[in-house]
Amino acid sequence: MATLFFSYFAGVIVVTSILVVALRNPVYSALALLIMFFHVAGLYVTLHAEFLAAVQIIVYAGAILVLYLFVVMLLNVKREERYHSQYALGALLGVTILTEVLLLTVQQSFSKETATAGLAMSDGLPAIEGNTEAIGDALYSTYLFPFEVASLILLVAMIGAIILAKRDLFESVPR
Amino acid sequence: MDAVFYKLIPLLPFLAFLLVGLGGHWINSRAHLIAVPAVLGSLLLSILALLEAGGGKNAAIPLYTWMTSGDLTIELGLYVDPLTAAMLVLVTTVSSLVHIYTIGYMRGDKGYARFFAYIALFTFSMLMLVMADNFLQLFVFWEAVGLCSYLLIGHWYERDTARSAATKAFLVNRVGDFGFLLGLLLVLFTFGTLDYRHVFAQAADFAGATINLFAPIGGTWQVSTLTLICVLLFIGAIGKSAQFPLHVWLPDAMEGPTPISALIHAATMVTAGVFMVARLAPLYNLSPVAMDVVAATGALTMLLGASIALSQNDIKRIVAYSTVSQLGYMVMACGLGAYTAGMYHLLTHGAFKALLFLASGSVIIALHHEQDIRRMGGLKDKLPITYWTMVIGSLALAGFPFTSGFFSKDEILVGAWSSGSFGKVLAILGLLTAGLTAFYSFRLVFVAFWGRSRVDPHHAGHIHEPSSTMTLPLLVLALLSIAAGYVGIPQFLTPVFGEGEAHHGSASLVIMSAATVLGLVGIAVAYVFYVRSPGIADRLAAQWRPLHDLSFHKWYVDEMYDRVIVRPTFQLADRMWANIDVGIIDGAVNGVARAIAWWGWFMRLFQSGQTQHYALGMTLGAVLILTAYLLF
Amino acid sequence: MVPVSYYVVLSAIVFTTGLVGVLIRRNIIIILLSIELMLNATNINFVAFSYYLGNVAGQVFVFFALTVAAAEVAVGLAIIIALYRNKASINVDEFQLLKW
Repeated sequence: MATLFFSYFAGVIVVTSILVVALRNPVYSALALLIMFFHVAGLYVTLHAEFLAAVQIIVYAGAILVLYLFVVMLLNVKREERYHSQYALGALLGVTILTEVLLLTVQQSFSKETATAGLAMSDGLPAIEGNTEAIGDALYSTYLFPFEVASLILLVAMIGAIILAKRDLFESVPR
Repeated sequence: MDAVFYKLIPLLPFLAFLLVGLGGHWINSRAHLIAVPAVLGSLLLSILALLEAGGGKNAAIPLYTWMTSGDLTIELGLYVDPLTAAMLVLVTTVSSLVHIYTIGYMRGDKGYARFFAYIALFTFSMLMLVMADNFLQLFVFWEAVGLCSYLLIGHWYERDTARSAATKAFLVNRVGDFGFLLGLLLVLFTFGTLDYRHVFAQAADFAGATINLFAPIGGTWQVSTLTLICVLLFIGAIGKSAQFPLHVWLPDAMEGPTPISALIHAATMVTAGVFMVARLAPLYNLSPVAMDVVAATGALTMLLGASIALSQNDIKRIVAYSTVSQLGYMVMACGLGAYTAGMYHLLTHGAFKALLFLASGSVIIALHHEQDIRRMGGLKDKLPITYWTMVIGSLALAGFPFTSGFFSKDEILVGAWSSGSFGKVLAILGLLTAGLTAFYSFRLVFVAFWGRSRVDPHHAGHIHEPSSTMTLPLLVLALLSIAAGYVGIPQFLTPVFGEGEAHHGSASLVIMSAATVLGLVGIAVAYVFYVRSPGIADRLAAQWRPLHDLSFHKWYVDEMYDRVIVRPTFQLADRMWANIDVGIIDGAVNGVARAIAWWGWFMRLFQSGQTQHYALGMTLGAVLILTAYLLF
Repeated sequence: MVPVSYYVVLSAIVFTTGLVGVLIRRNIIIILLSIELMLNATNINFVAFSYYLGNVAGQVFVFFALTVAAAEVAVGLAIIIALYRNKASINVDEFQLLKW
């Protein structure tokens, strides 16, 4: 059962990620990415990370992707020549990396040990509290400092984005 | 005699060299005031040394320990025995006379002081050479006299012929010196010492020793060590004493001023080779093969020199080739074991050859530097002293009875005749050459001094005898040319070389007569050719053109050297310059610069400004690290 | 149970796809989308291990990664807009001012 769910989610994720990279129209790419986000959220759910699934949808699908679409519309991007001149080398490198990672994976024989370890612990996840509580617990105690820093990052990003995109600051080219 | 006096003999000329050489402006035309007394002092002390040695008191004076390295100790020292003493007297006498002659000959010359400095240096080197008691000292001063010869031949260095001649002399000598050095090293290697006395003491022990010459290439060719040593050392003598095939430098050395032709190229430096063979007689006596080589070379040179002198027209060249020929006599004598005879002739030849050169110089000066005998003539009455001294010198050279040359040449011929069948052949060649010698020396006298004057009319009016500083040495040498035969030189040298062969057989009388007759015939023929019927010579030359050309062009030896050695060397140098210096070395240096420039160009290609290219590079790096991790 | 290696493989595939996308597309926006792909791939990895090792730290890290991704997208898009204003193009080939 779990395997079935996994295969479905994984399959769609792979297909849509390829589509993101391969489609010519950027809007189509963005939409494919959207579908991918949803299925990643689904994958999180099967991994008992419900909170993260929710956050994934809210932030990624709801904010980031929308932002992308805004910009695409704003810039009125048309269909473009698809690939860069170095696509052959890029594809080759991609295949190489993939192969090597797969080799690494096989070597470390994750399949046997960690799988059984995971088996033993899979239900050992504290059923006492739910996922949200668990994350909140960790976030505000052990990882408090990084949490604060993350908020700073967001602040900086906000400021930066505004400044960069503000029109008055550039005495330059009219559109 | 105290050791100090022996040391003063070479020291006085050396001090003269320093003072005159460093004297610069203050000394310029007064240089002779220092040089002449110094060398006369040396002469005086040499005569004292001669008397000491004659009385049986040899002197061995250590000077200085040069270095000690492991088992080898090299010391400088002086050794004076009758042979050395005789050479000392010869060198200092001729040097003094030349010094005096130079006062007149080089008057007004720009390099007056420099000339005196160099002949003083030369005298010092030659004296040290003959007084050496070990091979290394011999070699060092062997080179030193070669250097002085170079400096003096090139005295008038603005003339490019002088420069070339000086270089040629030095280089040809160098070739000989290479052989000498090999011989020296072999002596060191074999005997473990370079000291004469130690080597001579051990020499007999090595009589049978052999060396495998093919050892480096894995073969076998056993050669007697002693023979090899003697032959190698003799190669040095071939260079220094102008034997065939390294005789080519001597005639060209006539570019130098006449005084040094007399001093260096007649009486002293060129005799160093003969002296060396005589000095090393104990070694040579143990190697019959080497002695045959020496004798054959000497004989060949003797004929070569005489045959070329027949056709030359430059007065100094005639005398130069005569010197080559007479040196051949001396070397031949030594090669046949008649060391005493060879040295005897060396000493008498020193007197009369120096005389001939100085007299030629007198003629040259009187005619304002005219050297071609075809443009002389009729000088007999205008230059009486020069004429008569020249005649005496020529008679001595031709071996006319009662001159010193007669006695010494006779010693050689008799000594040769009594040295086996090879010796007899060489003795006959020697007789033949004696005839030729008489002919060419009197050819010179008759053409230059007799007949009607063919002098350039411009100068014809002012021909007069040069100053007394030039004529005095001529007179002294003329006297010596006659007297040297009567002072008992062979007996003087007996302690060194042992009792000579008995000279009172009938054979010696026959030879003596034959030599005299041939000499007179030579003079007579010259008289007929050049005084009675002057046209005969030219007609004969035209009839026997190939022979005449062979003689006139010096047997084409120079031309052969040019084609076989000089030109290929230049071509090789040119090729090496083009290929190695320009191609490889410059190419490497420039190549480095070019490579760096290329690398810069290459690296610039990566700076495309496109971010994706950079991203590709990063990815590539990551892939490489991953691969490395996976593989290792 | 799904073995964790499956998740690792999935993550690897998505990551590689994103990487290739960065290398071969000319549209800046698509490049940024590909970067999002890569980030998501690592998130999947983290969550998978967090589940299989029973440690919540993986999920906390995903939380932060998410944050950073969001910040990065904001700034990145702002830059794109600024670039577009300058050159009226979002073809990454045309931005070569770093060239020698």
